[in-house]
Amino acid sequence: MAYEAWNEARAREIVAAHQMQEGPALPILHALQEAFGSVPDPALRIVAEALNISRAEIHGIVTFYHDFRHEPAGRHVLKLCRAEACQSVGADRLAAHARERLGIGWGETTPDGAVTLEPIFCLGLCALGPSALADGQVVGRLDEKRLDAMIDGIRR
Amino acid sequence: MSARLFISRDSGALAVGAEEVAQAITASAGRRGLDIQIVRTGSRGLYWLEPTIEVETPEGRIAYGPVAAGDVEGLIDADLLTGGAHALRVGRPEQIPFLKRQTRLTFARCGITDPLSIEDYRAHGGFQGLEKALRLTAPQIVDEVTQSGLRGRGGAGFPTGIKWKTVLDAVGDRKYIVCNADEGDSGTFADRMILEGDPFLLIEGMIIAGIATGATKGFIYIRSEYPHGIATTRDAIEIARKAGYLGASVHGSGHAFDLEVRAGAGAYVCGEETSLLESLEGKRGVVRAKPPLPAHKGLFGCPTVINNVLSLAAVPTVMAQGAAFYKDFGVGRSRGTMPIQLAGNIKHGGLFEAAFGITLGELVDEIGGGTASGRPVRAVQVGGPLGAYFPRALFDTPFDYEAFAARDGLIGHAGVTVFDETVDMRVQARFAMEFCAIESCGKCTPCRIGSTRGVEVIDKIGRGEAVEANLTLVKDLCNTMKFGSLCALGGFTPYPVMSAINHFPEDFGPNESGRQAAE
Repeated sequence: MAYEAWNEARAREIVAAHQMQEGPALPILHALQEAFGSVPDPALRIVAEALNISRAEIHGIVTFYHDFRHEPAGRHVLKLCRAEACQSVGADRLAAHARERLGIGWGETTPDGAVTLEPIFCLGLCALGPSALADGQVVGRLDEKRLDAMIDGIRR
Repeated sequence: MSARLFISRDSGALAVGAEEVAQAITASAGRRGLDIQIVRTGSRGLYWLEPTIEVETPEGRIAYGPVAAGDVEGLIDADLLTGGAHALRVGRPEQIPFLKRQTRLTFARCGITDPLSIEDYRAHGGFQGLEKALRLTAPQIVDEVTQSGLRGRGGAGFPTGIKWKTVLDAVGDRKYIVCNADEGDSGTFADRMILEGDPFLLIEGMIIAGIATGATKGFIYIRSEYPHGIATTRDAIEIARKAGYLGASVHGSGHAFDLEVRAGAGAYVCGEETSLLESLEGKRGVVRAKPPLPAHKGLFGCPTVINNVLSLAAVPTVMAQGAAFYKDFGVGRSRGTMPIQLAGNIKHGGLFEAAFGITLGELVDEIGGGTASGRPVRAVQVGGPLGAYFPRALFDTPFDYEAFAARDGLIGHAGVTVFDETVDMRVQARFAMEFCAIESCGKCTPCRIGSTRGVEVIDKIGRGEAVEANLTLVKDLCNTMKFGSLCALGGFTPYPVMSAINHFPEDFGPNESGRQAAE
């Protein structure tokens, strides 16, 4: 996924576009991450100023939610479901395979910056497990073979 | 005349290749010069048959599934467009036992109509509930909902009508309707199916709630793990607004009501209603102590109805058909129908809407057909990550709020997750604690710290360290979490843990091969 390079004026524009909503913090943070791929510290200073809250407060908000990134992810993001319904059809085994194949743990990015592996707790595909979200695309009935093909496809 | 085909756009279907199937059909029809029209619908919820193609014939729709893109040429050769014979032909969907045994009220349209066609929605009975509501006074609407016996479908089972009456009676400059679409429980997907497959139903239910309580603004808080649900619901709101169902004067009634979708950000605890309200306000999703109830001081301190997707989606049926019609389904104090979700290691997984009272055994063995792996069923978790694990010995439990509570379980959001004999219940108990530790909002000490200690103690049991003493410790810890936590995350994590220990003690033996030795 291609993101914009950090640009303060652009960040201010994004904040201003969402600032007038009721409860604007999450929509602003989502929009910033959509543009830049993460919510870096300079962005938090702008949000705190715009919402008239302290930097400690916005830090508390952004770190509460698993979705928001401080650093950008790898070029591809693979989220594997770790929840019970997928566990019942072998999600743990599949996740171990993925970690071994990529040589990284949960929340880590391969050294070449190609793939970030993250857990996700339920995609609502509980009758089609094991499931995953690969670069935002839903995937069901995943197995080792298809996972390997996906990883090979990304690496190519 | 062009042949009409129906292929789901539900993320369950997309996850297994529905888009590729639709593209293959379009391409093949183009090459062959066939005149076809593909309607993208929601899912009927027969997920083992997805991707499914349905074709309109004089005898009704004929279904084929599960179809892979590579099957398409062969299907068209076999006269798919007129319902011809093929190995993947499953006949009329309504005749498939899984669907035939259901009572579809909330899911009457899902999988049949185009979720973003407001004409389709109206043609299939949509907005009849709203039209009825517009002929009544606010107290009359609330009374109808109360009389129907509808209880909160999110899990708590609180009577919806009583909640609405509290908000109707509350004084406030502004009131809100909040839809909890933060469906985080593993094993559940009914909310997602409505958001993606029949969003106008939810919109209609929320408009009725607004008119009934005097609220003029509604929020639908959808988890970020549901990108298709967010996109489809946003599109549906736009269409409903253009059609005059949302805005300054709903359907020309003079009532103002508008809606907005808000995306969550990956916090499970935000499915708890007060945490969700905090999150909507733009704060950390930390649980609030009650009272004050959200009905008195909810979103931004204003009187707020906060209901689950399925509760709000049941309301149009209640209004259109009447409270007595709805109440006629069900048993005891559990009235109406429940969209049950059959998930995990199950042969026929999907959405099964039925009147309350069906037993767990019927659901798993008869309707679900047992496990997908073909091995015996060992445990079934009902009600998501905070629900109890039931052994086969409790398969006679009827699906009913009180019956599950009487057996130290809960129906929650009605997710039923099946595990075969390979499951290690100590690992499942450990996961329940681990999940609680990851997702705890941190407000209550038993939940925040107890969950981490729980993981450690269960690990000790796994290593065979002082098993009896550590089991006693886990039970004591569960007791503290149950009674010392404000919300269901810390308070209900003991359900999966204690049910695993009580019903499957052989997995908590002094050595790792404890279960095998016991068999």
